[in-house]
Amino acid sequence: MNQLKEAAIETDVVIVGAGPAGLFSVFELGLLDIKAHVIDILPRAGGQCSELYPEKPIYDIPGLPVCTGQELTDNLLKQIEPFHPTFHFNEMVETLVSLGTAEKPEFRLSTDAGKIFHAKVVFIAAGGGSFQPKKPPIPKIESYEGTSVFYAVRRMEDFRDKNVVIVGGGDSALDWTLNLQPVAKSITLVHRRDQFRAAPHSVSAMQELVAAGKIDFKLGQITAVEGEDGELAGAILKGNDGVVEKLACERLMPFFGLTMKLGPVADWGLQLNENLIPVDTEKFETSHPGIFAVGDINSYPGKLKLILSGFHEVALAAQKAHRYVYPDKKLLFQYTTSSTNLQKKLGVS
Amino acid sequence: MHEEETGVMAKMSFEDAATRYGAEPGGGAPTKVKITFVDSQGQARSVEGEVGSTVMETARRNDIPEIAAECGGACACATCHVYVDEKWAEKTGKASQMEEDMLDFAFDVKPNSRLCCQITVRPELDGLVLTTPAQQG
Ligand SMILES: Cc1cc2nc3c(=O)[nH]c(=O)nc-3n(C[C@H](O)[C@H](O)[C@H](O)COP(=O)(O)OP(=O)(O)OC[C@H]3O[C@@H](n4cnc5c(N)ncnc54)[C@H](O)[C@@H]3O)c2cc1C
Ligand code: FES
Repeated sequence: MNQLKEAAIETDVVIVGAGPAGLFSVFELGLLDIKAHVIDILPRAGGQCSELYPEKPIYDIPGLPVCTGQELTDNLLKQIEPFHPTFHFNEMVETLVSLGTAEKPEFRLSTDAGKIFHAKVVFIAAGGGSFQPKKPPIPKIESYEGTSVFYAVRRMEDFRDKNVVIVGGGDSALDWTLNLQPVAKSITLVHRRDQFRAAPHSVSAMQELVAAGKIDFKLGQITAVEGEDGELAGAILKGNDGVVEKLACERLMPFFGLTMKLGPVADWGLQLNENLIPVDTEKFETSHPGIFAVGDINSYPGKLKLILSGFHEVALAAQKAHRYVYPDKKLLFQYTTSSTNLQKKLGVS
Repeated sequence: MHEEETGVMAKMSFEDAATRYGAEPGGGAPTKVKITFVDSQGQARSVEGEVGSTVMETARRNDIPEIAAECGGACACATCHVYVDEKWAEKTGKASQMEEDMLDFAFDVKPNSRLCCQITVRPELDGLVLTTPAQQG
């Protein structure tokens, strides 16, 4: 236990999710001297805006007639720079445990990468949930996950001298085909068509390996797996030509993109209503004091799942968060336009 | 309706969206066509689709199961996957390059697979029959 305590990262607030609501939370909390660590399972900031529609225009951000999902994200990142948030990407918050009391809350959070955080308040800005790999409808695939079936590579060594089947035609599928080729015993790439959405240079590198006989390419799909005790022995390929064959393999990596799943948030003991977290509309606090829910993940009468709603919510939630983090300090209402104090924090005075 | 708006609309309830964007056309009877969704268990549901909207929106508005449409029509999620009945393949047309790329992220893709957010309801699609897959996401 002591060891865990030593290893823990101490911070004022942990923000779960780096979508627009999470990012703007850094700003509003930062103005109130509340230091933030931000955790997201994705490799980058922006949530839905960067993952689902980076190139599409948004027309209803007040004061910005038009900007793309990625532009909004980039601008938010620039806006919160003065507050030096610490980002932890590629990590999913798995547990959230309350250690404190209603008056003096304290929380312990842990991620799937083994990091532990101690925070005075928690902002859940988890949006539509965490983006997780799509799992193909192959019977019993779950019993091989983590031992033989992987949706990401955490350790290259897991693939050394193995026969690996990779499914997909996007960047993840091609990148791992290229990266694992020197390590694995054999690689078979399976895709539904002979066109690839991945970056052209990866595609040509892959095609060269196929031509040189270093990897195999099959047109079709994997419909079943064989093996026992989590150890894969083979994958059944149904070719586009209708021919069914068994590919002997110990590792399978399906890449079908991401889907939003509520994920661990459901297990944190918070009241839930149709997969959303009910909050009050004064402080946007959940059923648990010190835990706030902002952006798409929350619900209240009249809620609109819009970016601007999230911005409003975080500003109000930050006010209450201040009472928990600085119980003895009085909060003065100030404008960034005229307050030298706020301008100092923003580094513009 | 602009394509960009469809995302927001799907995220809101359609009542909200209708109020916000005035999506329900006022005056003049809108042209409706019949669309039948057959689910993976073989159960058929016929609904009215409004000309100009997308087949995905029609499905959502009528609570058709097995259409998730997570991205709200941005062609960015492949969870609105359908199989077009053979007889209708020609009328619905072929998937664009962008849609084909996105279909890589759908499961059990067949030659008659489409993402139904990319099919606009047109008068000539009256009677359209689609089958939905058991798993979208
Ligand atoms: C196609 C489309 C178009 C849209 N157009 C508009 C528009 O024009 N205007 C508008 O206002 N809104 C629009 N929206 C809606 C807008 O994108 C959302 O309202 C907004 O992204 C919500 O922000 P958020 O920060 O609450 O959540 P999200 O953007 O969903 O971000 C949540 C983040 O939390 C992460 N996360 C969740 N759980 C965990 C966990 N346990 N551990 C680690 N990370 C976690 C997720 O990975 C994700 O990155 C659109 C949405 C779509 C899909
Ligand atoms: S709704 Fe997402 S691709 Fe059609």
